[in-house]
Amino acid sequence: MSLLKYESQLREPLIDGDKTYHQVTEDIIGPLETKPTRLWWIGLSIALALLLFGVYSVYREVAYGIGQWNVNRTVGWGWAITNFVWWIGIGHAGTLISAILLLFGQKWRTGVNRAAEAMTIFAVMCAGMFPVFHVGRVWDAFFLFPYPNSRGPVWPNFNSALLWDVFAVSTYFTVSVLFWYTGLLPDLATIRDRAKTKFRKMFYGLTSFGWTGSTKHWQRQESLALVLAGLATPLVLSVHTIVSFDFATSVIPGWHTTIFPPYFVAGAVFSGFAMVNSLLIITRKVLHLEDYITIGHIEAMNKIIVLTGSVVGCAYLSELFVAWYSMNPYEWWAFRENRVNIFSPYGWAYYGMIFCNVVSPQLFWSRKLRRNVLFTFFMSILINVGMWFERFVIFVTSIYRDYLPSSWTTYYSPTIWEIGFYLGTFGLFFTCYFLFAKFFPVIAVAEIKAILKTSGENYKDKMSDLEEMSTGKFYEEEVEHAH
Amino acid sequence: MIKKFVVGSFEDEKVLFAAVKNVRRAGYKIHDVYTPYPIHGLDKAMGLRETSLHTMGFIYGITGTTTALSGMGWIFATDWPLNIGGKPHFPLPAFIPITFELTVLFSAVGMVWTFCWLCKMMPGVKKHHFNLRSTDDLLTMVIECNDSSNTAEIESFLAQNGAIEINTQEAEEGWWFGRYDKEQKLYRTEEVGVGD
Repeated sequence: MSLLKYESQLREPLIDGDKTYHQVTEDIIGPLETKPTRLWWIGLSIALALLLFGVYSVYREVAYGIGQWNVNRTVGWGWAITNFVWWIGIGHAGTLISAILLLFGQKWRTGVNRAAEAMTIFAVMCAGMFPVFHVGRVWDAFFLFPYPNSRGPVWPNFNSALLWDVFAVSTYFTVSVLFWYTGLLPDLATIRDRAKTKFRKMFYGLTSFGWTGSTKHWQRQESLALVLAGLATPLVLSVHTIVSFDFATSVIPGWHTTIFPPYFVAGAVFSGFAMVNSLLIITRKVLHLEDYITIGHIEAMNKIIVLTGSVVGCAYLSELFVAWYSMNPYEWWAFRENRVNIFSPYGWAYYGMIFCNVVSPQLFWSRKLRRNVLFTFFMSILINVGMWFERFVIFVTSIYRDYLPSSWTTYYSPTIWEIGFYLGTFGLFFTCYFLFAKFFPVIAVAEIKAILKTSGENYKDKMSDLEEMSTGKFYEEEVEHAH
Repeated sequence: MIKKFVVGSFEDEKVLFAAVKNVRRAGYKIHDVYTPYPIHGLDKAMGLRETSLHTMGFIYGITGTTTALSGMGWIFATDWPLNIGGKPHFPLPAFIPITFELTVLFSAVGMVWTFCWLCKMMPGVKKHHFNLRSTDDLLTMVIECNDSSNTAEIESFLAQNGAIEINTQEAEEGWWFGRYDKEQKLYRTEEVGVGD
């Protein structure tokens, strides 16, 4: 046991300041027990206003039909599907942080995983809206699921990538919620046990499922977390792979490429981490959690951003190369004329994407910029704009000029209701996030406590003499004693 | 069932580990140790066996695999065979994505359900909490007593082993439906002697 309690001085502490277990509880749960600030109310009101506008936009679409949008022949998948893939991509960071980093034993995930998982769940909720309403007759959307029915029975086509998507996204949502909530139980119990008001005792009593902190329960909870992480890791990769199959299994030039799965997954992680950065930079400032979400955490995420941004850049290049190398005139045309040609109708989107996703993240090679909070915040917004461009470029530039040149004059731009739907999902996302930050701990309290004595600043300082000790002596004194 | 417990709380894991060892050696029965965060190795020190939750996860997983494959196979090959572009009625590669997703879904949902079942947890469940600080910063060891136990002796034994808050409590050991904003009354079965 003691062997695990030692961590090299070379590593930056993950929890700054002189903390005790009780202080950790106070710092993270304290803000939930006070009245919300005015800033919170203003934020929530803006989010709700956006949400209402979105609800009205969706109402227009449901009541009058999909003609309320500018989608046409040949651009059948316009903003709706662009936004779907964009949101689902953002929804990848949470599970990546909590599952993959758990398997890799990366301790820094404990500071950011709770908020990132919540963000994942909200992003997937927003993503799900788009295909559901894009089907047109939303009241029939349940036809997507295979169930015995009186129409034959008519079953969905299991060969279709679109149906795989239904299964992938709904499974991903369910598993993310379960993973998030089982991790949340101990923290909800902590709030319950220190609650002073009747409402909090009742609400957190119900939501904590009667968690006691029994050793046996912890043992099961840790086993559950490990297996769920093992399941969620291939799951998170499969989801965006399957989303990319929606395009890759078609025969449209620009979509019909085998590089799509890894390319989409890298892009998803890239945009997801950018969104985690945007949210956490604000959260740590507003809730005064700078000791738990340190500059080190932000730097770690920026490192992942520069890696995945470069992977995405390589994917853009290899896509271009393969289009040329394939000697397929349609393929090459789609890339040369519809994307790379800056004077083509959507040339601005392609170069916007290249600038935001490939060029600008390279600045993160500089340690100074990686550790600059304001710059990171600015970059995180820029990257998400870039990733939206990427989805737009992939979908729209591949289909706005089809095999029939007489259709080419059609320039697709959204109506106010398409934009309203997109803004509405922002409203939904931030409404959920504001409520989450008010009623749930944004940092995993129990997990922070578990690493406090190895990675807390005040505890690390005391380990200097351990570092000088010889291995033999260390084993004798610390390990033997523990067993 | 209402029982008597001696409760001792510790501040440091190192002290707790030694205390667990000594308490077991002395022959007292540890009811449970409640901690605010997972302590690795404590389950072994207490003599608890490894959980087999992951085995259940595997069983649920293969159930999902079979459900997906047999379901899709039955639908496409038996119930309503449809010619889709001349493709086979049981196209295994095309079935892999959904099969994988259902495997994960069954395994995850099943495991969480089993976890809640084993730990007796669901909304509305209430249990006795020996020390409210055990979800904050204290490690609470609870020793179960029987009729012949000398609680004063156990209390002093815990004090020698470094416990800081020590008391004796009578509590219901199981779980029940209840609300946390309400005080709990203990319902005892009155012992009625013959001739009373």
